[in-house]
Amino acid sequence: MLTIDFLINTLSLGSLYAMLALGLVIVYGILKLVNFAYGELLMIAGYTLYILGGLSTTLPWFVIAILAVLVAAAISYLTEMIAFRPVREKSLTAMLITSFAVSTLLQNAALLIISPRARAVPLPDFFSQSVALAGSNIPIRNILSIVTAVVLFGALSLLLKYTVLGIALRAAADDFRMTRLLGVPANLVISTAFIISGFFAGVVAIFWTARTASVTPTIGAAPLLVAFVACVIGGMSNLLGAVVGGYLYGIIYSLLSLWLPQYLLDYREAFMFLIVILILLFRPSGLIRGNASSERVG
Amino acid sequence: MNLKLQFSKWFRTNSTIVLLLVPLLLLALLTQIFGGSLLYRIVTVLFINLLLVLGLQTFMGNSGILSFSHIGYMGIGAYASVLFSMTPEAKAATLPDLYPLLQNVHLPFLVSVLIGAFIAMLVAAVLGYPLMRLSDAAAVITMFAVLVIIQVVLVHWSAVTNGPRTLYGVDNYTTLWVSVAFGLLGVILAYYFKESNIGLMLRASRDDRYAASTIGINIVNVRWLGFMLSAFMAGFAGGLWAHFITSFSPYAFYLSETFAILAMLVVGGPGGISGAVIGTVAVTFVHEGLRQIENSVNLQGGGLVGFTEVFLATSLIALLIWRPGGILGGREISWPRRKSQSQDDQLLSGSEKS
Repeated sequence: MLTIDFLINTLSLGSLYAMLALGLVIVYGILKLVNFAYGELLMIAGYTLYILGGLSTTLPWFVIAILAVLVAAAISYLTEMIAFRPVREKSLTAMLITSFAVSTLLQNAALLIISPRARAVPLPDFFSQSVALAGSNIPIRNILSIVTAVVLFGALSLLLKYTVLGIALRAAADDFRMTRLLGVPANLVISTAFIISGFFAGVVAIFWTARTASVTPTIGAAPLLVAFVACVIGGMSNLLGAVVGGYLYGIIYSLLSLWLPQYLLDYREAFMFLIVILILLFRPSGLIRGNASSERVG
Repeated sequence: MNLKLQFSKWFRTNSTIVLLLVPLLLLALLTQIFGGSLLYRIVTVLFINLLLVLGLQTFMGNSGILSFSHIGYMGIGAYASVLFSMTPEAKAATLPDLYPLLQNVHLPFLVSVLIGAFIAMLVAAVLGYPLMRLSDAAAVITMFAVLVIIQVVLVHWSAVTNGPRTLYGVDNYTTLWVSVAFGLLGVILAYYFKESNIGLMLRASRDDRYAASTIGINIVNVRWLGFMLSAFMAGFAGGLWAHFITSFSPYAFYLSETFAILAMLVVGGPGGISGAVIGTVAVTFVHEGLRQIENSVNLQGGGLVGFTEVFLATSLIALLIWRPGGILGGREISWPRRKSQSQDDQLLSGSEKS
């Protein structure tokens, strides 16, 4: 049962989920905002792939992919600047509802401007090829997602450890008010967090859309839910927790698919969210604890 | 004379409820007299929405916790009520795999809706009790988790819900006046809950949960009571809606509907009943009006899918930037105080110097 391809597939799934969770938590850590519009960033990256792929056949795929990631990061920054910044100081509920509204807005704008129907995204040939490894066929896409995740996590931790901006980001996640008192510009830190968040969403979008080779206006819903669960499992208050949570989600999900009887398989999502509720009840700060949080009464 | 004094005293403290009920009643009457079938339909939906949004206000407005699971209880209320009100023949046609125990049950409309609402409340009570300890982001995510769980169960429990397919064959019982009656009852219920002891304790826990628990308020319990009442109202609204729309699928109880009712509550201001009423009226008319335009454009071959939501979402974002607490900001509308009234008040409460 635990063959090498099961292992690689689970790890690849976990890598995607870990990147998703990281992108969500980096904003949450600083603003305490659960960004409902996060899933729509994946959708935007997907549509950028579709539009650029349709516009020019001469552009190499990886240029299109990089542009898609950049567009997702840019839109993430724009939502922060236009929608979140004005309500940020006022109330958390207003910010949450704003993010829900931004999500609805982007999703329906895609419906209105493009189409409710699925659109094809360009894929390079090697995405559909596989290599033989220890007697089983492994899709190159899965290996690529693991490598991408490892490289990006490495780059991000270097950024957070050794640059002034990275240290400011970590300080802001720890104690935002104190960081501001020390003269770190709040807007810069928050914008950076949103850009990194959009960047990760864009990267995941390339792999996510490759599964069906298409993009729809509602494609963002599933990854958003995954990111929620992964964050809660790992702990909302630190980045390592998000990564661990993402991989754990991948493992639990794969095992549930393997072990659940057929008639319960449809309820897999419900089981995942049941786990979320249980974790929030018994270990509200997740498996990896960050700073003390006061989210529970009684 | 004494009676008049007592009335004016009552009116002074309860003017909000009168000021809310009278225009709503007028709206219903005008619809009855002048309305075409379109207006009739919109106003019926409006009063169902009103009950639903006030249910949401009962929990969210008073406790300050953003509840995403609310529409799920509406779904439970809708499906549960339909199981009791449909005729056995209709059930055999649309739900062939229904459990034999439920197959032959056939109850009157209002009894079924009431049972549906109780079932919704029961589910909320069981799921909700442990969740009431959570606040802030943790509460938001768990409420969202509950919505997803309810949705997954509704979509996959084919025996009871006809799975992801549309459930049809429900009789249309919800007329304009049924919906008006329960919408107005909802206003009264939500208002007096807010003003009641429990409502006051709940609002205290919203404003400062440490101070509230210091003076002996059991936050988990008051939240739980508010949550159950909220789910009951949502379930009731769901039952009414099911018997109005007569065919529906589980996808009618998910994110875009959640967005619509959140918009209704937030536009007016979640903190008060007046805000909820004004928001519901405004958003329902805009929503249904734009939907009509959208549909007529699409009938002529144009593609205008999603325009309503884009408009609503944009206005909601703009409104939140302008007034994060909604139009009314949590205040209630009330009759302006006049001199004679405050004199009446002094007569009743003894001669105090003001």
